[in-house]
Amino acid sequence: MSVVLETDSLVKDFGSIRAVDHLNLKLNKGSITALLGGNGAGKTTTLSMLLGLLIPTSGKISILGDDFVKDRYPALKRMNFSSPYVDLPQRLTVRENLTVYGKLYGLDDVRSAVMEMVETFRLTELIDRRLRKLSAGQKTRVSLAKALINKPELLLLDEPTASLDPETVSWIRTFLKNYQRDRGATILLASHDMKEVEQLCENVLLLRKGKLVEEGTPPDLLAKYSRKTLEEVFLDISRGGVV
Amino acid sequence: MKSGSIYRIHALLLRYLYVLRSSWPRIIEISYWPTMQLIIWGFVSLHFGAAQPEITASGILISVVLVWDSLFRSHVSYTLSFLEEMWSRNLGNLFVAPLRPWELMLALATISMIRTLIGMIPAALLAIPFFGVSVFDMGFPLLAFFFNLVFTGWAISQVVTGILLRYGLGAESLTWVIPFMIAPVSCIYYPLSTLPVWLQEIAKLVPTSYVFEGMRALLLEGEWRADLLQKAFMLNCIYFILGMLVFLLAFRSARTHGLLLQAGE
Repeated sequence: MSVVLETDSLVKDFGSIRAVDHLNLKLNKGSITALLGGNGAGKTTTLSMLLGLLIPTSGKISILGDDFVKDRYPALKRMNFSSPYVDLPQRLTVRENLTVYGKLYGLDDVRSAVMEMVETFRLTELIDRRLRKLSAGQKTRVSLAKALINKPELLLLDEPTASLDPETVSWIRTFLKNYQRDRGATILLASHDMKEVEQLCENVLLLRKGKLVEEGTPPDLLAKYSRKTLEEVFLDISRGGVV
Repeated sequence: MKSGSIYRIHALLLRYLYVLRSSWPRIIEISYWPTMQLIIWGFVSLHFGAAQPEITASGILISVVLVWDSLFRSHVSYTLSFLEEMWSRNLGNLFVAPLRPWELMLALATISMIRTLIGMIPAALLAIPFFGVSVFDMGFPLLAFFFNLVFTGWAISQVVTGILLRYGLGAESLTWVIPFMIAPVSCIYYPLSTLPVWLQEIAKLVPTSYVFEGMRALLLEGEWRADLLQKAFMLNCIYFILGMLVFLLAFRSARTHGLLLQAGE
């Protein structure tokens, strides 16, 4: 199985604080992996480095066969990202936002891509509405539409279902599962929702104080920690228990 | 896939035009201030002209006001478009796309030019019937003066946007303050010789002082001083490159300190 993303001894220091400590990750093509950890564990710092928004202090990142630290642009065309903590321009309509991002990613037929995303994410009736007039759930769907407009081979998601109603959450999870299955995409998601992780992810990476302290499939982790839910496993590890 | 800078610059330009067309008060605001400046300085010019005609000969006062405003407009338009990205917390999305920082700078410069023209042309046209002054009578030199000042505006903007990127929206007020730092040594309303000698030496390092000396030579003495424009252009090229370096260094610093995801209100 080919490796889509790999880090080698990745380190990020902010002054005297080590936010990410010699992290070694490997994501196989077509996998959905969860990046878990408590607040300050280094999830967002790791994601930022994997997106090129943050320069690592040391270590290597390889994405889709490219040396990402040296030249991130070839890989950035083939990946994308969504987070509730990064907004799209609120004054622009759904159509305008998707058009701008379709063009930024150099799509051949932006108009068709926008319409496809609008239909996929059930935004047809909202297409000419400004983002500031949309509900939180609708904005999340637009953000995901933007994240998928270039049909990324690698999708990084930061809490993709945070503060959404159960119906939207369920719909997004199903969509992501289908997208991964149909397109062989690789997905890395940071989440605090253990139920989501159990439903979606075949692999779990657990960070604590910037270090990868546990890795495995959800059933393996449940068995190793003799727990019934991932949440209990997460609490064990976060509290510095068995590792 | 259409790869290439031109598509990404076009995408950003489209984004700024969408913002512009989404709000008619914004479009009015762009030409509101230059027009107000024109009206106020037009009457000041009439008042002074009645007492001492040499002060306002050849519409010099109105012409320098309009041309100086093109620097301020180009700077504000550039920086406000960048601030739009910060206010809307969109920088993270932009830079996870394959967008180079210099492509963003080029898009900002292009939208700045568009907005400056939208602001300045109505004011310049109004000056003709209201005050009998047409800056267009200067012909080609007007273009040279205008582009030099717009160029200076962009160089200042690159430094200001670099500071905004590195230090966040707390530095927003610099947008309005910094252009006025060079105003006293730009010799907009008075000749270079008015300044104390030591300040003249500083003024000679500022491209705008050559532009306004050149304008005075043209309007008051009918002399086209290409040498002054050349000096202004050379200095502008130096400051533009320095401005780019400041922005690129600030961008790298923002990537080192993890500021791109945090940038916003």
